[in-house]
Parts: sequence; structure tokens; C-alpha cells
Amino acid sequence: MIKITNLEKSFGSNLVLKGISTEIKEGEVVAIVGPSGSGKSTFLRCMNVLEIPTKGEIWYRQTEVTDPKVDMMNVRQSIGMVFQHFHLFPHKTVLENLTYAPITVKGISKEEADKIAEHLLRKVGLAEKAAEYPTRLSGGQKQRVAIARALAMSPEVMLFDEPTSALDPEMVKEVLDVMKSLVQSGMTMAIVTHEMGFAREVADRVLFLDDGRLVEDSPPAEFFSSPKSIRAKEFLEKML
Amino acid sequence: MDLDFTQIAPSIPYILKGLGITLQIVLAAAILGFTLGIILTLWKIGKFRLLRWFADAYTSVFRGTPMVLQLLIIYYGLPQIIGFEITAFPAAVIAFGMNSAAYISEIIRAGILAVDKGQSEASLALGIPYRPMMKDIILPQAMKNILPALMNEFITLTKESAVVTVIGAMDVMRRAYIVGGQTYRYFEPLLIAGIIYYILVMVLTILGKAIERRMRKSD
Repeated sequence: MIKITNLEKSFGSNLVLKGISTEIKEGEVVAIVGPSGSGKSTFLRCMNVLEIPTKGEIWYRQTEVTDPKVDMMNVRQSIGMVFQHFHLFPHKTVLENLTYAPITVKGISKEEADKIAEHLLRKVGLAEKAAEYPTRLSGGQKQRVAIARALAMSPEVMLFDEPTSALDPEMVKEVLDVMKSLVQSGMTMAIVTHEMGFAREVADRVLFLDDGRLVEDSPPAEFFSSPKSIRAKEFLEKML
Repeated sequence: MDLDFTQIAPSIPYILKGLGITLQIVLAAAILGFTLGIILTLWKIGKFRLLRWFADAYTSVFRGTPMVLQLLIIYYGLPQIIGFEITAFPAAVIAFGMNSAAYISEIIRAGILAVDKGQSEASLALGIPYRPMMKDIILPQAMKNILPALMNEFITLTKESAVVTVIGAMDVMRRAYIVGGQTYRYFEPLLIAGIIYYILVMVLTILGKAIERRMRKSD
């Protein structure tokens, strides 16, 4: 579904991604882990071209998204993204956060958008917050709204950029629970995370990045019990 | 001390009538300045180098020369180039509007840059095109941040509008000056003009605070 070949990304003279190749298949859940500064977030952000790759190719289905001629706006509609710091629209209510893009971008009617939004808010357990402004919500609630906002565009893939890293510990579970139900629905997902327990439980594959390279690509059982590289061993010792 | 308001008291309504002219000039100039200001801002942060260059040059020139000079060039100088006279009112509106646009564009630019980068990223990730993103997501948030600065600019504009006296527009300032000439008493009419401007500025300040409070409802 997403095919990445020899991806390189540099910021100025700083080479952050040093040639990554992999593929994410339809329905697959991929956890991307690694020490901070390893390039995992940049890697994820390249997938919907929030960062423009310096070299290499990324294909989304039949579209080469790294081709400058491709209309990324179109592709991004089917790739949902959830950020570490939520980035909800603070001047819009929770419901408007969910309905704005579907109405503006997809041109669906307000009634229909409201219906979809209310359904999604029920799914993430926040139906009663529809009329609130985001500042009135807790971190966990904000992130659940952000997930619902991305889902409102009915994406085919969901990208998560450290979705629980900015949360107080007691709010991590509610967000992970929403993500688990998304996994069960068969959604294709790429998740940058520090939640090793979660990665082990839900991922089909774990990608371990270190210093801009894809060092390991294995099923979670294998990665967590017998990592192949020394770097991964050291990393897991620190994390677990 | 020689202060006598009884002599100029009959002229107070005459001075007050200038308030209409002052308000009209300020309001029209504010609308023009705000509109031009937004356009200049969009050019400044846009991707077309030529427009960016023009907007920066525009701002630099209008901030780098005296307001009264700009007014005189438009009122006295421009007819020589375009071949027809401009009356005081449109000349004042154009001069103040264009001058104000330079300052307002800088204010709005700062406001837009102060909006969290995550907002445009979230919009991009949702596939929202540039135009609606600017109009519905970024600008409303920027406006909230810059309201105090914007209000300040409108207050400055109100006070600066007294400069139209030099091209003979019959505003508060001009009328106070005329009354002074007629009665040979300058202190009293000018004091009254001062009080009128001060009240005007106070009203604007209170209005600005009220709008600010309303826009904070989402905090």
C-alpha cells in the first residue's frame, strides 16, 4: 500500500534518514520504534510528504507521492495523521473540528458530516463533548478527538506520530484503547511510539530505526525476545 | 491667567461637526488599510518572489517617510501626474489607508507567524487547500492574537487623522483652529479638540477590550 525505496532526508547538511526501504501492506499495523533522534518521526512525516524527501521514492498505491507534479492534497485526504501535540483547531468546537475538513475538502453536506462526526465521537467515547472547545478537554480527550478528526475523512491509512508521548500517564490507556479498536477494525496503521507493550501487543511488524537507518524489521515476538542487532538490544534494555 | 470658555461656547457645535469628517476618514482609511494590509501580508508570506519583494518595499517606503509628506504628495503632487484634482477627503483616505496598510501588514504577518506551525500541518494532513486553510484556520487565530496591536494601530490612525488639517479637510482639528482664528483665542478651542480626540480614543479602547473578551470565549 505504501512502498518506500531508498528514502533519504536531510535538513541542511544534517542527514536524518540514510536510505530506508520498506513496504506497508494493506491492513498491516507497523510500529516504528527507536531512540530519540533516530529519525522515526521524520520517516513517518515523509509518508504523507509533510517532509519532502531529499532522495528516494515513496509510492502510495499507484501514485508516486515523491513526484513534485502529484497533487498531494488529494493523496493526503486518504492518509490520516495524528500528532503528538494533537493540533486541534482551538477556535472550533469539537464537532466542527471533525466536520470542517469533510465539508470543505470533500464537499459533503453539513448534515451528513455532523452525522459521521457524532458517530465517530460516540466511538471514541466523547459524544457529550461535541459542543465544547478543545481547551476544555484533557490531553487524552484531545487526542481521542484528534483521532476522530482524522477518521472523519475516512482515510485508508492512519499515521500516528508518538500519539501518547505528550499525555499524563493516566491518560495513555484511553488513547491506546481507541487505537486498539482501530486495529481491530482492520485499519492500516503506522505508529511511531515509545509504548513497547502496546507495540508488542498490536503490531504485525516492528521497524527499529537507529541513526537514520532501518536496522531491524521483524515480527514483535521476535524483536522483543531476540533482537538481532546490538543497538536494538541496548535500546530495549533501556526501555523495558 | 486668561481662560474664557464663554466666548467660544457658541462655536462648540461647529467644532463637534468635524467629528463626522474625522470619523468618516478614519473608518474609510481603516477599511482600506485593513484590506490592503491583508493582501500585503499574503504576498509577504506567499511563494511569489516578485510580490514578496513588492510588499516588503511598499512597507519600507511607507514606514520610512513622514505621514504628512505622503498626504501632501497625494493631495498636491499627484494631480500633476494624473491630470485631475483630488479633493481633500479621498486624498486623506488614500494616504491614511495606504500608510496604515504598511503597519497592519506587519502586524498581521507577525500574528500569522505566531500561530502554531502544527495548525498548518494538521490542515495539510487533512488535505485542506491553502486558501480555506488561511481563511478558516490560520487567520482567525492570528486575528485573535493581534487584536490589541490592531486596535492600537486604529487609535494611532484616529489621532494622526488630525494631520488632514494641512490639506484643509474640515475635521475637528481644522475647525478648532478656525475658531481660534476667529476669536483670537486658541487655547480653549484646541483644548476642546483635545478632549474630543481623547474621548474618541477612550471609546475605541473600550470597544477593543469588548471585542477581545468576546473572541476569548474559546479559551
